[in-house]
Amino acid sequence: MTVLTNKKINNKTFIDNVKEVLAYIGIYSVLLIFAFVILYPVIWIVGSSFTEGSSLATATAIPRNPSLRNYIRLLEETKYKQWYLNTLTIAVINMGVSVVLTGTMGYVFARLKFAGKKFGLLSILILQMFPSFMGMIAIYVLFLNFGLLDQPLALVLIYATGQIPYNTWLVKGYLKNVPISLDEAAYIDGATKFQTFKRIILPLMSPILTFVAVTQFMAPWFDFILPSFLISSDEKKTLAVGLYELINGLANNNFTMFAAGSVLVAAPVALLYLFLQKYLVEGLSAGANKG
Amino acid sequence: MQTDINSLDKKRYSRWQKIFGERMTKSGMLSLFIMGAGQLRNKQKGKALFFFSIQLVYVLIEILTSSIVSGGLPNQPKAWGYGFFRKGLWGFFTLGETTGGRFRDNSPVLMIEGLIVILLLGILIFFWIMNIRDANQTAIEYEKSGQIKSSKEYFKHVFETSFAYVVSGPSLVLLLLISIMPILFAFFTAFTNYDAYHNPPADLIDWVGLGNFVKVVQLPGWRTTFVGVAIWTLVWAIIATFTTFFGGLFLALVVNNHRVRFKKIWRTILILPWAIPGMVSLLVFKNFFNQTYGPLNRMLGMNIPWLNDPTLAKVTLIAVNFWLGVPYFMMLMTGILTSFDKTIYEAARVDGANKKQIFWRVTFPILLSQVMPLLIMSFAGNFNNFGAVFFLTNGSPRNIAYEYAGHTDILITWIYKMTKDFKMYNMASIMSILIFLLIGGISTWNFMRTDAFKED
Repeated sequence: MTVLTNKKINNKTFIDNVKEVLAYIGIYSVLLIFAFVILYPVIWIVGSSFTEGSSLATATAIPRNPSLRNYIRLLEETKYKQWYLNTLTIAVINMGVSVVLTGTMGYVFARLKFAGKKFGLLSILILQMFPSFMGMIAIYVLFLNFGLLDQPLALVLIYATGQIPYNTWLVKGYLKNVPISLDEAAYIDGATKFQTFKRIILPLMSPILTFVAVTQFMAPWFDFILPSFLISSDEKKTLAVGLYELINGLANNNFTMFAAGSVLVAAPVALLYLFLQKYLVEGLSAGANKG
Repeated sequence: MQTDINSLDKKRYSRWQKIFGERMTKSGMLSLFIMGAGQLRNKQKGKALFFFSIQLVYVLIEILTSSIVSGGLPNQPKAWGYGFFRKGLWGFFTLGETTGGRFRDNSPVLMIEGLIVILLLGILIFFWIMNIRDANQTAIEYEKSGQIKSSKEYFKHVFETSFAYVVSGPSLVLLLLISIMPILFAFFTAFTNYDAYHNPPADLIDWVGLGNFVKVVQLPGWRTTFVGVAIWTLVWAIIATFTTFFGGLFLALVVNNHRVRFKKIWRTILILPWAIPGMVSLLVFKNFFNQTYGPLNRMLGMNIPWLNDPTLAKVTLIAVNFWLGVPYFMMLMTGILTSFDKTIYEAARVDGANKKQIFWRVTFPILLSQVMPLLIMSFAGNFNNFGAVFFLTNGSPRNIAYEYAGHTDILITWIYKMTKDFKMYNMASIMSILIFLLIGGISTWNFMRTDAFKED
């Protein structure tokens, strides 16, 4: 190898040098253009949130007199804190419920044999293909009759149920890589199925369950359709609906306040994603193969 | 059990024999009429009690909820005196008969109750078949061997397998009630006149058969909208998938180039759009491209109708989706490219291939085969990409020729508008069915090819 490269360097001509320089220019200009296109809107929205005025027309990337006025207005004039709290509550409960449901379903479908297994797998596979709000009218009528309308926590029922099909396949695929001899050894030692699940499989499932937990924690923050259907009062709204209504129609009056709200919710999420990126990508590509 | 089924397969029994057992025995005939009776004849008391009590629960529910027990009320229509199951079926098939007054019928509620009843009856039928099959198999086994397994053994077997059902029970109930039932409801709504002109409970809803489907095909307004929106949805899904895929591949190659320094910093900047919640980005872009006040036009000093011109709005939509979607593919490609076996390149180089040839003949085909399932999933995702269209353009600009849809509306946002804003539930359901057939078909085909499915 080294001989080869040395030879190459020695044979370098003027044209090769020009080519090399052009390659550098080309690559770095691509990177710079993309970086600019990506960063400009981000900087603009952060700048807007510190702008003094309230309209879209006054919003600039670099505010002349930076102020926290929009953040103060957001917290005082709207129910932003309440929305944040609602969403956080839903997110945490949804995370817990989803992990329990998916963890058990994934284990059952990966490890146990029972009548109707193939039928069950096929049904949940088909279930995950329906547009999410196809059954919305029925859910609306159902919630109406059970007095669940305008109850933020009732959303958890739908989120946690809706994720079962996809994530069951995901966990099942993951468990395929955990040797079944571990289960068998436990059975030989006299463990029941529940003990095997709790002591042996559950700890091994933790990476994929963490992925489920993170995605299910994130889901309610930016889901718009469900709460827009099922929640009507202002103090019970989630962030997605609140933010959307803050800007919809009144963009020119509330824009900088919306910008402040966006920064407050997007910044922690973005940091979380960047922090967990390796993990999330693994989960996402695992989902593609599903084992 | 397992061997029984296998031997049945070998002997090529008909479908009925596979379901009900090799042949109808006397025990089977008894179980056909009263669940558990055949088991009693087979001298398996435990099993007999098990099947009989399932049947008993259904019968008791029916009797206790009917007017036989609670008594009728004055002026009560006959159907209101039916028990839970009969009323459910009556409600499903008639969708109600009386409006107004104390006993007014609420059609959607009746349909939902009916669907729940039908699902419960389905479970009963399942047990009924199991009961006949069990009676037959036990009887035949007895004739052959003269021995009968005790119920105890059977229940031990049931208990072993029931762990799966107990553990997944809550999930199954939730799925049945919150996923399956609503989907069935939506499916059947496509065959009713549940729209803006029929407002239950003031009005009743009726079955109209295939009337709505005929409307989509025959009425010019609906036909134009459907064809227009469907074509744009397809074009959008294909372009959106390809641009983000090749954009991501291109960026991954650029960042991986040996000439690039500080790779980590570049990569972090480039994946930023993936980390920012899509809804926020889209709403920001909606304002960014605002024709009068948006920063882009102010910066350019021009008055370009980014989101107000039909064609330009579509281009902007694709561009914004590119911004949002490229990072994901970039990360994915980087992952796949770095995991590549380097010896393939060496082999290709030795064979005299140049860089271009290596990429297009070696790297790219391998890459494509690895991301194909993802590409198809991404296509399905874009096909139903509600957020991109709803938050950026909300379907606008308006299209006068369309029913309830704008120029940039895709099927899913059209459905949303028809449901939420215009209450055209039946037409929205038709479109949902169509989307399901298309996307469901593609996804199933995509999935059947993976070995994850073949194994189970």
